[in-house]
Amino acid sequence: MTASIDVSIERIFEVLMNVKDPEIDSVSIIDLGMVGEVLIEGNKVKITLLPTFLGCPALEFIKTNTVNAVKKLPEVGSVEVEFVFHPPWTSDRITEQGHVNLKKFGIAPPPRYFKEDGSWHVDCAYCGSSYVSMENIFGPTACRSIFYCKSCKNVFEAMKPVSTLM
Amino acid sequence: MSMTENSMSAEYKEAITSLLFQLADDDFLYAFRGSEWLGLAPHIEEDVASSSISQDSMGHAAMFYQLLEDLGAGKADDLAHLRSAQDRSNSILIERVNGEGYYMETPNYDWAYQVVRSYFYTQAKRVKMDSLCESSYRPIAEVAIKVKMELYYHKLHWETWFKQLMSSTDVAKKKMNDAITLVMNDFGDVFSFGNLKQKIESNNLLDSEEEMKKRWLASIGPVFDALQMEVPAIPNHPVMNGRNGEHTKDLDEALLTLSEVYKLDPVAVW
Ligand SMILES: [Zn+2]
Repeated sequence: MTASIDVSIERIFEVLMNVKDPEIDSVSIIDLGMVGEVLIEGNKVKITLLPTFLGCPALEFIKTNTVNAVKKLPEVGSVEVEFVFHPPWTSDRITEQGHVNLKKFGIAPPPRYFKEDGSWHVDCAYCGSSYVSMENIFGPTACRSIFYCKSCKNVFEAMKPVSTLM
Repeated sequence: MSMTENSMSAEYKEAITSLLFQLADDDFLYAFRGSEWLGLAPHIEEDVASSSISQDSMGHAAMFYQLLEDLGAGKADDLAHLRSAQDRSNSILIERVNGEGYYMETPNYDWAYQVVRSYFYTQAKRVKMDSLCESSYRPIAEVAIKVKMELYYHKLHWETWFKQLMSSTDVAKKKMNDAITLVMNDFGDVFSFGNLKQKIESNNLLDSEEEMKKRWLASIGPVFDALQMEVPAIPNHPVMNGRNGEHTKDLDEALLTLSEVYKLDPVAVW
């Protein structure tokens, strides 16, 4: 009788920590809070991912990279990865570690709160100054905006806050 | 997913399918018209913003086509690209050209029209998404919650443009007012459900046409008040109703352009 070893959830999460955002290679899908559920049945693994922005071209790469990364574990028999919309991804799903890793890449993490008038503020990703102005609410990708820091005179990007209260 | 294909009545399926085509076709054409501005927007920042909005909108269309595929209506990519004009349910407003000329040769597009159409359409889409968050069809409610979050930024963007141009020079104001007239002439089918009105409304897929018109007027009310202008009226009876497959030749031309690209390489990611 050959007993197959059950796949451990810790091993899966270790692997997922190394699946990076194709555009921000310091940040993993765990950091971004994109992993919904991990279901394990014997040697079968099923993972649900929460898309950040629906039109984001990186989503398909992330899905493929997730499948390939989990497949590499010898104890895994099959992997299924699916995007789901419930719960909806919101920017407060980004972890503390995610905030640290975004800054490493020169991207300001999304603010935790909106002001009463619906506007929001971030500090400079490079020097931490609050003396910044928004240059363009739409950055090179749907999820980011462009800011200018008047203190260190750098242009930097910030992750947009996204909330169900919007 | 609570409601599966097997457990829904034929009428329910007909209603949800029709509604999904309306939403998908609207966003698909809206993204296409937006993408025609690439390189032509007033400045480079606007170019970035416009393409980002078009990309989001194409993503929304893709989600609605995917829900149709899940209902067995066909492959999402084919539904987007291979259906002829008389099978399309987008609003007339969304298919209209951006102005005179063609993208590849001497485009003479009207930015005021782009701003007004985009602002009014985005507000209309917000009203629909708000309502769909409570839809009896769970899969569409889940997508609507996501779409709504992204729309927040689109609305902010177009509202800023709208207010700025309406408070600008006399020439700008004239162009904007002309654009408002053009857009409102075509607004009659935006909130129409077409021939399936009764089935869509009675199955609690979203609020009634009348209710959503009211909410749309309320959504733009404060902006018009601040500009000391009257909120424009929505025509009661559309001259043509895109929801029933009635379309202008602008749609034929748009579909020709779109399908040429698709047929060259149908497996390419779009
Ligand atoms: Zn700085």
